This record gives sequence, C-alpha cells and structure tokens, in this order.
Amino acid sequence: MADISTQDMLPIGDWVNKVIHFMLDHNAGAFDAIGNTIDWFATMVEFLLLGIPPVVMGAIFAGVGFWRLGWKFALFVCAALGLIWATGFWGQTIATLALTLSATCVSLLLGVPVGIWCARNKLVGMLVRPVLDFMQTMPAFVYLIPAAMFFGLGRVPGILATVVFAVPPAVRLTSLGIRMVNKEQVEAGHAFGCTSWQLLFKVQLPIALPSIMAGVNQTIMMALSMVIIASMVGAGGLGNDVLASIQRLDVGLGFESGLAVVLLAIILDRITESFGHTPTTRAAEQGS
Amino acid sequence: MQSAKIVVKNLYKVFGGKSADVMRMLKSGEHKDDIFKKTGSVVGVNDVSFAVEEGEIFVLMGLSGSGKSTLIRLINRLMDPTDGQIILDGQDITKLTPKQMVELRRRDMSMVFQSFALMPHRSVLDNAAFGLEISGVDRKTREARGMEVLEQVGLAPFAHKYPHELSGGMQQRVGLVRALAVNPSLMLMDEAFSALDPLKRAEMQDILLDLQREQRRTIFFVSHDLEEALRIGTRIAIMEGGRLVQVGTPQQIIENPADDYVRNFFKSVDTSRYLQAKDLIEVANPPHSGRPGLHVPPSCSLPDVLQQLLGQSEPLQVRDDQGQCLGLITPSSVLSKISQHRLQSTATH
Repeated sequence: MADISTQDMLPIGDWVNKVIHFMLDHNAGAFDAIGNTIDWFATMVEFLLLGIPPVVMGAIFAGVGFWRLGWKFALFVCAALGLIWATGFWGQTIATLALTLSATCVSLLLGVPVGIWCARNKLVGMLVRPVLDFMQTMPAFVYLIPAAMFFGLGRVPGILATVVFAVPPAVRLTSLGIRMVNKEQVEAGHAFGCTSWQLLFKVQLPIALPSIMAGVNQTIMMALSMVIIASMVGAGGLGNDVLASIQRLDVGLGFESGLAVVLLAIILDRITESFGHTPTTRAAEQGS
Repeated sequence: MQSAKIVVKNLYKVFGGKSADVMRMLKSGEHKDDIFKKTGSVVGVNDVSFAVEEGEIFVLMGLSGSGKSTLIRLINRLMDPTDGQIILDGQDITKLTPKQMVELRRRDMSMVFQSFALMPHRSVLDNAAFGLEISGVDRKTREARGMEVLEQVGLAPFAHKYPHELSGGMQQRVGLVRALAVNPSLMLMDEAFSALDPLKRAEMQDILLDLQREQRRTIFFVSHDLEEALRIGTRIAIMEGGRLVQVGTPQQIIENPADDYVRNFFKSVDTSRYLQAKDLIEVANPPHSGRPGLHVPPSCSLPDVLQQLLGQSEPLQVRDDQGQCLGLITPSSVLSKISQHRLQSTATH
C-alpha cells in the first residue's frame, strides 16, 4: 500500500535517472575532458609526493610543524610518521595525502571565488546556500554512484565526489569572513577611493583571512574523511585497507589503517589551523 | 575672502525603496512619520540646504537617528542621495559617474571614522599610507609621506607596530594620519573622537586645532557632543529628524537657540564659558568712542575679560581690527549676562 503511493505520487527518482542518462548520452566529451584534466593533476601530485623519500617527507612535515607550532608538535609529527612507516602504511598514506591535496586544491579553486561572489551578491548567496546544504547532507554514497557512471572507476570520481563534499565549508567561511568585515572598514576603503577590486584585495580578503583559513582547514578535514569513503569507487590509498578490513572482518587491519588516517588528520589539522592565527589576524578576529 | 567649499541644495535621502512616491509625498507636505506608515520607507535626510566655507570646521550636531551620519556619507557619496545637489568646488558631485567619484575621493577628500576602521593586517605606517597606495603612489614616496604625518602627531616611533598594539587614542591618531596623508582639501570626520575617553578626546581636539593652524583645510565634523562642537566648530549646524534646525556660529546658537530641541543640547553645558567680549557689551556704539583706555578684541574670552575688568573703574572697550570701538563692558553687564546663561541652562532641566 505504502509502496504504491510513494511510487505514483511524485517520481523524482525517475526524473533524476533520466537527467543522468541524458547527460551521459550527450555530454560524454565534456566529462572526459574534465576527467582527464583532474586525473592528470592528481597523478602528478601523487607522483611528486611518492618521489620524496620517507625521511625527507618526515623532515619537511616536522620542519613545518616546528615553524608553526614549536618543537613539541615537531616531535609528535616524527613519532606519528614513524609509526605509519613502521606499520607499513607509508605508501597508502601518501596516496591518501595526494588525493586529499588534489581534492582540496580543486575545492578551493571553486569554493573561494564562489564564496566571494556570494558575499558580494545577495541573490547569488541566496541561491547557493541550499545547494551547499544539499552537497553536505546528501549521503555521500548517493553521489559516488553517478560520479562513477560519468567518469568510470578510479581516482577521478573519488576526487570529484570528495570535492562535492569538501567545497561547502570553503564557500561558507569565505563568504562569512567577507560579510563579517566591519562596515566602517569597508567604508574606509571606499572613502579613500578603492575600486571594487582594490576593496576586495586590499581590505576584504586580508581582513577575512582568518575565516578563509578556517575554511581551508575544514575543507582539508572533510576531504580527508571523504577520500577514505571514495575508495569504494577505486580511489585507492588508505581507504582500500579500511574497505578490505570491513570485507574481511579484520579488526586489526582496520585499526592500523584507521590510525594512519587519524594521525594524518591531526597533522594536517594543526598545521593548517595555525595559519589562521597569526598575531595580526588574531586582532582581526577580535574586531579591532 | 572666504568662498563656499561645499554647497548643499535641497538634499534628500530616502531608505527602503519607493523613492519616487516618497519624494512626491514629501513635496506635497506630508510628514515623514505618515510616509513611513504608508510606504515603510524612512526619510533619512529631508530637504537639507547649507554651505560650508573654505577652511572652516563645520560641525554637524544631532542626536542619534537625526540623520547626521547619513548626511556626512552623502557628501562623499558612500550613499547616493535620492534628490538634490551637492556642489563641491563648483561641481555637482551627484552627477559624477562611479569612476569619477573614485578619482575625486582619491584627490580631494578623506574620512575619519568613529570606530577608527584601521586595517588590522597592516602596520601603522601601511595604514597611514593606505590612501596613497590606493591611488597608485610608489612605495618610497608614500612611506616618506606617511612618516612625515606620523611625526606631526608624535607616532613616528610606532610606525612598525600594528593597530591592535596601540591604545584607542593612538589608533585614532593613525586614523587621522591616514586621512591627512593624502593631503585632502576636505576632511570628513564622523564622530571621530566619540569613542575616546574625555581626556583623550580633548587631546585629539587640540591636535586637530593645531593641525588646522598649520594648514587650513575644510573639515566637516559630525558630533553629538555640544562641548566638542563649541570647542572646535567655526560654525555649528543642528539636525533633528532629518532636517537642519539651525546653522550658525557657536555664539549665535548659544544666544538664540532656534527651538527647544536646540536648547535641550545646552542642558548640561555651562554656556557662559563660551561667552566672548562682543557678547558682553552693555552700551553699544558709545558716543565717546575713540577715547584711550583699556580695550579688548571682540573674540576675547570671558576669563580674559574678567581679568581686565578686575580693579578697573572705567568700562572696558571692545575694539575691532580697525580700532573701532564696538561697545563698552562693565562689571554689571558681565554679571547680568552670566546669570542669564545660568538661568537658561537651569530652566531647561
């Protein structure tokens, strides 16, 4: 009874299927072009990162950790990366890092300009907001499948599904940061003869930087959590091990690979977060 | 001879759309409260006309919501007027394109804000040179100019600090420097000193008056503080509910407040402090003028007049620049004037 009524009332599902198939039939060229570009980019990032010996990579991370957060964090980075290397997950972790960074780059390239546009144009902001809600709350598996249909299995659908999930915080926090710039600071920009671009680059973006950096941090964290799930469409990396552990009910493997994800997440989170808190931007957060 | 720097003619600003309807209703004499009820639009500035002379400090006063902050933003077109003219140096700036307006702001005007509105990511020097940077002046020139003005207000040692490292008074000095660095012929100051404590406020007023003595600029100053207005204002305009109620020199306004709204401003202010010799005259144009004796200029302040009068049996002469005697001051004329002012300020309590 219930089945019949839901099937007959409003067949949104049928429409979506039709749209997807229409797009598959008529825009294959465009999807191939996008797919190839992203694949080329992601392959390059992974190739570069895997080319760096583990010791050098560890030294780079520890060095950045020391510069941004001090020696205690640098020590933690060494221990964490040492642990990942010792458990034999180094290659997968770097592959996951490459996927995360690729997806983050694409997300920021899309998210920051859209965020700026939303802040400057009320109508755009109003239209984009529900789209962001949709992207963030629609269960990830639901758009993994069409992504795989458009781009085939592999890294590309994984990265694109990740981008869908990771773009919203970049848009939201960029837009929020710009809208939170004090009204008199914007007026000061205008009063001294700023053009629209000068206002953006010399007043709004620098003052919004802490918020934008928080967005970058959130985007990276979202991307990292999503690239693990994206292993279901063959994105690779640590997600493969997590998936294998589920399929084989191997709790030990699940814990080891999961731990590598957690350690990588902590390192990326603390380092990117630190870029939102320089002495001058802290003052901006206090609104002075 | 003085000439008008800004002439404002029949200026209106309507917020909330339907401006054509609102303008028609205003011109047919409807009250702005009725217009708000009918259309939901707020009349911020309502048929305001005045002129600001070259080189004067013109203080616009009013309570919050009187439209003074709107009016100052119409003058550099941070807001666009709904109707009327703003003529700056003979040019109607309401007709300028956005691009011409950007040019005008860079060349001729600058602004100081109540909340200072400094850029937190820029050093004091970079804040000072902000206006010059925006108009494309090269780094060396703009930093030299920034340092020069920072020195004028005693902030040179702080050039490489950041705004959050400075006190409120110092931050606003940076705000003032930023406005002065572009060497504008017109400075707009929106409640510039209102966020500061009374001591710092008086200090900033002194700095402004000193700077004004060194180089005269036209200053359009918005304030809600009458003492500030009396202290720095060449002329004062009083605004209520979007309209100008009265424009005049501090003395004119103290002597002849236009209505109760204006009188109310003086409630807590001892206006007798602002009396000058010319306000204390008892016998105007005395017959025996030109006779030798003690004399003071018309703008001589009350304490100085009192000092001259002490131990003096002859009346004090008030003489203008040409040595013409305008009138005589006697101890009794001073006493009666002071008591008049005291009565006036207590009567409004």
